Amino acid sequence: MTHALEVAGVSHAFGRVQALRDVSFTVPQGRFVALLGPNGAGKTTLFSLITRLYDSTSGTIRVAGHDARRQPGDALARLGVVFQSRALDLDLTLRQNLLYHAALHGIPRRIALPRIDEVAALVGLEDKVGTRVSTLSGGQQRRAEIARALLHRPELLLLDEATVGLDVRARADVVALVRQLVAGGVSTLWATHVLDEILPEDEVVVLHQGAVLAQGRATDLAGAAPLADAFLRLTREAA
Amino acid sequence: MTDITLHRRGPGAYATAFLGIAWRELLRFVHQRERFIAALVRPLVWLFIFAAGFRAVLGLSIIPPYQTYILYEVYVVPGLCAMIQLFNGMQSSLSMVYDRETGAMRTLLVSPFPRWFLLGSKLLAGVFVSVLQVYAFLAIAWAWGIEPPVWGFLAVLPALVLSGLMLGALGLLISSTIRQLENFAGVMNFVIFPMFFASTALYPLWRLRESSTLLHDIALFNPFTHAVELIRFALYLRFEPLAFAVVTGCTLLFFGAAVFMYDPSKGLWRKRKA
Repeated sequence: MTHALEVAGVSHAFGRVQALRDVSFTVPQGRFVALLGPNGAGKTTLFSLITRLYDSTSGTIRVAGHDARRQPGDALARLGVVFQSRALDLDLTLRQNLLYHAALHGIPRRIALPRIDEVAALVGLEDKVGTRVSTLSGGQQRRAEIARALLHRPELLLLDEATVGLDVRARADVVALVRQLVAGGVSTLWATHVLDEILPEDEVVVLHQGAVLAQGRATDLAGAAPLADAFLRLTREAA
Repeated sequence: MTDITLHRRGPGAYATAFLGIAWRELLRFVHQRERFIAALVRPLVWLFIFAAGFRAVLGLSIIPPYQTYILYEVYVVPGLCAMIQLFNGMQSSLSMVYDRETGAMRTLLVSPFPRWFLLGSKLLAGVFVSVLQVYAFLAIAWAWGIEPPVWGFLAVLPALVLSGLMLGALGLLISSTIRQLENFAGVMNFVIFPMFFASTALYPLWRLRESSTLLHDIALFNPFTHAVELIRFALYLRFEPLAFAVVTGCTLLFFGAAVFMYDPSKGLWRKRKA
């Protein structure tokens, strides 16, 4: 069975700065994997490589079996992304934003319109479809971005620090929404530096200074200690 | 839950994507009415104030495509049309740098369509907006008494599309090399002003040669000069082959370079954090 995401031996450098070193891990179909790492660990670089903002120096990335370098169109078509920085047109309504995204995936209006209602309902924004995005709260905008990422029915959902800048309530809502999507069978890679977003049974990949320090179930990594302690121990050992 | 049929990207899907990109540009344009007004006021200030003031100072001999002595206002109109497009091209490049900072650029680039197609669609959509602005300006200039042949308004359309493509492609290329919004002021100083002033937009080439042969040569090699002349000749129902060749060549060159710069494995993006 092909994995939703397969990262194998990926390295990347910006000039002399080695941002990623031989990173390998997989996101199995229908599973939730947390990519845990402090700021500057290389999470955003890895996301940029998966979304083909640039190519990796070495290694391969496959999305649902499609090589991101050799078959970029096929790989990107199967990918839904929520970037760390907000990326909605604030002047436009939610529906207009989603229609634009649908067009970028070649989905015609007549198919897109009912699907927009569907994904808006999924993220709890069904009554905001005709609203200007600028009037939505931070949490609602995040959920709108998740709706957008789901619009073309991707096989893998990527979220880069999706809860940054949200208040406690909105953060909990976004986390709950993603958990619910995973329960519905959406394969998800969730990049974060916030430990309490990770549940004991979650699959975790710990990224530190551009390299994978550890991977496995959160409870197995942590042992008897809280995950935060295990994380600090791992990163201290590496430093 | 994946919908495999949508992953086949046939001609219909390309059309959908292009229309979507064009539609967004148009919506954004409609929402930014100040931008439209600013784009219109700028050339009008030049026409109503600058050109009127210089009318007496600058005498113009009969030069093609004009068949008679003309007023200075008449001379500057094609240059001002090109200026609208120059600003529009830089504006859309500015918005791309802004989009990149906010993440909207990434939304565009994670589309499964090839990059040249995405960038080309954005370019064409921007040109459409700039052509609308030029026609609004020409209508006001007409009311001010600057009356080229009526058919000139139709003949100028392909010239405007081509010059808009060249200046838009230049903006695209610049947007790929600028990292931050703050650097954009440099574009004003180093691109817009020199291109505009060292061209035939405000003064004919023979006038430039009288004052400085160097300036004359610079203007001759300035692609903006050729965009201006292409528009000028088309507006008076003449075809200028040299201008056409230069503008077409520069369009291909700038667009090719922009696609190269935005290519994930070749351009500058891979060497730095975006």
